[in-house]
Amino acid sequence: MSFGELLGASLLDGLLIGFVYGVAAMGLTLIFGVMDVINLAHGPLIAIGMFFLYGLFTHFGMNPYLAIILVAFAGLLVGIIVYFAAVHRVINAPPLSSLLSTFSVNMIIIGVGTALLSTSAYNVDFKLSSLTIGSNITITGTRLMAAVVAIIVTALLYGFLYRTRAGKYIRAVSNNRQAAELMGIPSTRILALAFGIGTMLAMTAGALIATILPINILAGGTYELKSFVIVVLGGLGNPLGALAGGLVLGLIEGLVPVFMEATWVPVIEFGLFVLILLLMPNGLFGKKRGS
Amino acid sequence: MKRFTGLLVSLAAVVVLAVIPLITHKDSSMQSMFTILLGIALASSLNILLGYTGYVSFGHIVYFGIGGYVGFYTMAQLGQSLWIALLAGAAAAAVFSFLLGSAILRLRGAYFALATIGVNEAMKALVSNFDPFGGPIGMTLKVSFYKDYGGFSNIGWMSYRLLIVVTLAVVITSYLVKKSKFGLGLMAIREDEDAAEVMGVRAPSAKTWAYVLSAVFPALVGVLFFFKNSNIEPGDAFRLQLSIEMIVMVMLGGLGTVIGPILGAGAYQALRSTLLTVDKVKDVQLAVAGVLLLLIILFIPTGAIGWVRRRFPRLRRVLE
Repeated sequence: MSFGELLGASLLDGLLIGFVYGVAAMGLTLIFGVMDVINLAHGPLIAIGMFFLYGLFTHFGMNPYLAIILVAFAGLLVGIIVYFAAVHRVINAPPLSSLLSTFSVNMIIIGVGTALLSTSAYNVDFKLSSLTIGSNITITGTRLMAAVVAIIVTALLYGFLYRTRAGKYIRAVSNNRQAAELMGIPSTRILALAFGIGTMLAMTAGALIATILPINILAGGTYELKSFVIVVLGGLGNPLGALAGGLVLGLIEGLVPVFMEATWVPVIEFGLFVLILLLMPNGLFGKKRGS
Repeated sequence: MKRFTGLLVSLAAVVVLAVIPLITHKDSSMQSMFTILLGIALASSLNILLGYTGYVSFGHIVYFGIGGYVGFYTMAQLGQSLWIALLAGAAAAAVFSFLLGSAILRLRGAYFALATIGVNEAMKALVSNFDPFGGPIGMTLKVSFYKDYGGFSNIGWMSYRLLIVVTLAVVITSYLVKKSKFGLGLMAIREDEDAAEVMGVRAPSAKTWAYVLSAVFPALVGVLFFFKNSNIEPGDAFRLQLSIEMIVMVMLGGLGTVIGPILGAGAYQALRSTLLTVDKVKDVQLAVAGVLLLLIILFIPTGAIGWVRRRFPRLRRVLE
């Protein structure tokens, strides 16, 4: 395998998984954009998505891509429950309160999850035939499908936000909650819905990851941290920026291991994360500060 | 004397806890009290930044890790004594927190919180790749190293006594900061940073010094912890979980009070070790702690001491 092919294969792999990262990060950024809450339960919610898909596939023999639809709707429900249980009361409190209340949800999910599932790895035993480009570059079928599903999910999210009344309400509440309330928008229901959709995206991303990689109950934490990086790359509160940020992160993960040891990937990711926060707090694609 | 009632009550709380193992001479009670004092020292130093200044540092454990690593390197690789290691660990944390603080304290609210998580993760990843620090495997202290300190069996007790000193120092510092003009400036920043600047508080330098102060003590605790542990690795040194537990302890007792983090840390650590020993609860102890935390945040957001101070104004003088 030539160097060019190696680089190509690695970049392609990174790019495909980048779409999935993007979906996870969109969930985080949507919630932040609408209600200024950084959801620290994001990782465990991703993990719930993973295990929900695992259960549907392994115990009910469901096709994983059909199961994802179920996972998504379960995500909506879980998100609305979490909103009313943990977020609603602190929605107007200082940021520390919502950080801690979502973190306590994190602890609850991880605590129960570890007791039920232990922290050992599970595998969704599902294969699709792979695709070969040129002579040497192969793409795993499941990776390609995951990227395709991620693109569909993004399109659906944008269709929802820009083409439906509820989506319009969400954008209005995100812009200015008080003004939206004065216009007669039921803000509590809209906030709950937005949290539900954010969770839906997180769990869908988890389900997609489960079709590609081995999973365990703590694995969500890694993707939560990746989501933070992506969200900052794309600009906090900007879903399309999050998708772009996901692709950037995927490309970094594809590119770095070709030139140095793979253990350097997190150093570069988090170093970049802090630098972007300091130098361009609106993200790579955001407006300049002050404008 | 009356002026210092608040300080004396806080110090007494620490001393009462700390002497229990010294009286019983039991290893087990020393071990569990070590965890409690560790919590008190970490929570109280975080409180200077979180409670007084109002900046939420989610990755504060990074200074525990930096102090631990630099101190451990000084002992294991350079062959220096524990005392030099304590100095080196604290100095490293001070320099690093000063440089980093000047940069990231410009960020506010959620952005600052996210940046501190990023710094901790970046540091953990960097140390895992840094060969002089042993990379992902970390470093170990040889048994022969402990000869100068009364042998391996004495290490636990020696570290424990030193930890008492550090904890008392944190509590005194925390009190002095709160009562000083510097502390008043910090609290003005917490309430409204822009207004504070208009009133003549030099916010950037005040914030940076608060940050440095809250970083030095965790570094000392880190050196002691890993000296006692005789082994250090990136996962133990930069554990984000512990960082968030520090915040929980502060919240539990009462944000911005001197005695709050002491009680909060004591209660949290005691609760955790109790849950760990109960048979059926052991597996779900994290979930139980989560439920408790959620209830406190939703219903008593000012913490136990904040609640008492509001309900019984007369006790305000005693419970600083």
